[in-house]
Amino acid sequence: MSIKVENLTKYYGEQKAVDNISFEIKTGEVIGFLGPNGAGKSTTMKMMTGYMAPSEGRVIIEGIDVGEEPLAIKRKIGYLPEHNPLYTDMTVIDYLRFCAEIQGMDRSLTDDRIREMVRLCGLDAEKHKRINELSKGYRQRVGLAQSIIHDPEVLIFDEPTTGLDPNQIIEIRKLIKKLGKEKTVILSSHILSEVEATCDRILIINKGKIVADGTSETLRKQAAGEEILKVQIETIAGESAEAGLRSIASVESVKKLADKPNYFQVYSGSGLSSRKAIFDLCVQNQWYLMELSVIETRLEDIFRNVTAADPSSGSTADEDMVLTTKENDV
Amino acid sequence: MNKVWIIARRELFAYFDSLIAYLMIIIFLGLSGFFTWLSNSSNVFLIGQADLQVFFSISFWTLFFFIPAITMRALAEENRSGTIEFLSTKAVTDWQIVSGKFLSCLLLVVVAIACTLPYYWSVSSLGNVDHGGVIGGYIGLVLLSAMYISIGVFASSITHNQIVAFLLALVIGMFFHLLFGVLAGGQTGGPSTVFEYLNARSHFESIARGVLDTRDVIYFFSITFLGLFLSTIALGKRNWHD
Repeated sequence: MSIKVENLTKYYGEQKAVDNISFEIKTGEVIGFLGPNGAGKSTTMKMMTGYMAPSEGRVIIEGIDVGEEPLAIKRKIGYLPEHNPLYTDMTVIDYLRFCAEIQGMDRSLTDDRIREMVRLCGLDAEKHKRINELSKGYRQRVGLAQSIIHDPEVLIFDEPTTGLDPNQIIEIRKLIKKLGKEKTVILSSHILSEVEATCDRILIINKGKIVADGTSETLRKQAAGEEILKVQIETIAGESAEAGLRSIASVESVKKLADKPNYFQVYSGSGLSSRKAIFDLCVQNQWYLMELSVIETRLEDIFRNVTAADPSSGSTADEDMVLTTKENDV
Repeated sequence: MNKVWIIARRELFAYFDSLIAYLMIIIFLGLSGFFTWLSNSSNVFLIGQADLQVFFSISFWTLFFFIPAITMRALAEENRSGTIEFLSTKAVTDWQIVSGKFLSCLLLVVVAIACTLPYYWSVSSLGNVDHGGVIGGYIGLVLLSAMYISIGVFASSITHNQIVAFLLALVIGMFFHLLFGVLAGGQTGGPSTVFEYLNARSHFESIARGVLDTRDVIYFFSITFLGLFLSTIALGKRNWHD
């Protein structure tokens, strides 16, 4: 099911929650909406499911306008709303049967389908329990089961893993990946690793606009314009190596890191690499090169760059990042 | 299977699964039974007539209070818990959702009213009953209930707080139940006729006498329909452009 979103805009009173968003999704893609809280992810999803009419623009699923034929579209969409609302007074089985019937499924198929969902979502031990007796993780599975019970072609999951423990998150991700093999899946999250782990393509949304669009690799390449190295040098007499590093032609700037002597973060000019030059510098001066590592740009950095509210807060975030950044030793 | 019935069946299940349905039926039977058979001022034996007029005029009041208690949950709870989003993104229209809620409440009230059929049997064994009047009375109760339920569903559709829904249903219901009648009494000419027409009591009493006038039936039907129509609009307000 191909999905086409054209100039989608939604106002909440004066506030523009979604601002002229356009994108296309091909059949079988797993798309991640990534953005800080309040970026407009949920609102976009609500409009895609036909729950809410857009103020402007339209959503076209397989050539059908969602606004014009909501019933036909709703049958083809499986939707897991944010916070996963459920009828907590029903048992799992009764609830799934209700969902199947209300989606207009053939009655002769529902029993088999419910059994399949219970198995797929790992609900076998809980199927006769009432939903209000279930833990959050199981409720989330019930939510997923209800959204896919009518075998929809498009799945829209709004923050499917919020509030789950790490094991449950991994299980839900596995399930989403499994579903993504046959169906078009759109999920939203504000957790980067999650989107990176499950999605083919990432749309970063901020303040109602798409600020980045691509696979995690292309996004990383886009942002990895310049090489950032972490260098530690041991000099014989303990003199500073900073001036020497600055003298290298390809080096743009050098930042001294406080935690060890002669420990630097070296920024190269765009497209250039300073690794060889640093090595040569050490050989020339008979210094020891204790550490030379490339800081890989991660999705976190891209995310921070494109969603930071103002440049100053962005830069403090960068400094935090240094401490946690994954390093590839050369 | 019809979507309206699927929704209504789930609601009924929820009512009968919790205490709401049983409490409602017990209290309704208790109150109407007390005034019909035991109360010192108005019981059947005292009046000495084998009919159920006492029961109908008591039910006219008990239903007025109990129906909002049933309907307050209908959509307000869905609005509060967010299940309305789940329901609206299924292949159902807002009208089907509203009708399903209405139907479930109506069936519950009809069950409660049907539990009083033994009163009819008792009274008819005491003497000659005006069968037309009793049948008319029951039809009148059902029509009246339908009207209050639709008002209650509407009150429930515009809030996510059940208490607000309950009070609002009582306030709106109070106009049809009492205030239009009072207003009609204080006016003359045109306004009086209009208020008198809006007064539920006069329509109910004429049906309960056994006179099934189409004007009375149309009155109940149109207000019921109006309530459901407004509820559907209230559900659709998420689509409004502001």
